[in-house]
Amino acid sequence: MAKFRKKKSGGQQAINTASLPDIVFMLLFFFMVSTTMKEVDLNVIVKPAQATELVKLEKKELVTFIYVGIPAKKYQSLYGSEPRIQLNDQFSTVADIQSYIAQSRDNMSEANQSKMIVSIKADKECPMGIITDIKQALRKAAALKLNYSAAELMQDR
Amino acid sequence: MAKREVQEVNAGSMADIAFLLLIFFLVTTTMDTDTGIATLLPPPVEEEPEDTPPVKERNVFTVLINSQNQLLVEGKPMEIRDLTEAAKEFIVNPLDDENLPEKNTKEVEFFGTVEIGKGIISLQNDRDTEYQTYLMVQNELQRAINELRDDLSKKKFGKLYGELEKEEQKAVRTIYPRKISEAEPKNIGGK
Repeated sequence: MAKFRKKKSGGQQAINTASLPDIVFMLLFFFMVSTTMKEVDLNVIVKPAQATELVKLEKKELVTFIYVGIPAKKYQSLYGSEPRIQLNDQFSTVADIQSYIAQSRDNMSEANQSKMIVSIKADKECPMGIITDIKQALRKAAALKLNYSAAELMQDR
Repeated sequence: MAKREVQEVNAGSMADIAFLLLIFFLVTTTMDTDTGIATLLPPPVEEEPEDTPPVKERNVFTVLINSQNQLLVEGKPMEIRDLTEAAKEFIVNPLDDENLPEKNTKEVEFFGTVEIGKGIISLQNDRDTEYQTYLMVQNELQRAINELRDDLSKKKFGKLYGELEKEEQKAVRTIYPRKISEAEPKNIGGK
């Protein structure tokens, strides 16, 4: 019997991993194409409101964001739990909006300046008072194209 | 010289490099594309112009939202889900009702002479209205306009409004303009 036993190589055979880089690269490209860069860290909690008649914000370079919501847990001792405005990376007041708009307008190319869109990302439970104040400030800053950020609402009618 | 065999480059670490890149992109990017409801704010007014021509009562569709997120449409309470139909009826005025907006006749490309309603939707909210409710109202009004535009485009061109050429879209837009006026903010039934 022992005579016919084939000679086996000891240990387990290694799995061929030559195609692993290809698979990972494929994943990588998928993520590169389908995602966008995070611009700022949110200091406020924004639960997006929902709507159905949505327009996509396609040209990222035209869009300026204003975040409104209750400050995140770690900031609540400092800023309280009333809804606050966040511009760029810091908490701001309505009075800061005008200079913020002017600044982001300066950063745009000349041709784009008139096409500037301001997107308000507000928490859905936030009262309209603060939003109305922002709208008035935006009117004063002559940034009239406004976009109320909202997520897709699934419903059957 | 002796012929040397071409050495193969060791690609074993390729996977590690790719993984590293992949994880970097996973961490620094977000999946969601930004969507929202587009509106246009009115330009700032220095002082209240006194001689603005008064708008007739029948041409205005008033929507009020109070701090309890309830709607008052044309003086009557209404649920949000009924708003689209009411707004559509107001804009089109199919039966030439005396209480609904007047119409202008105008020459429009592709359509010839058409009647265009003079109606304006006026939206007013309280400072304590929830953002979500306000957005839903905006959404329903926008939906009314979008549905009317789609209907008209389908009837005329056999396509949805979004699929039309630029010129055709403009014509449809002239017939059903987006006329939503938001009043200067004030406290309705304030605390």
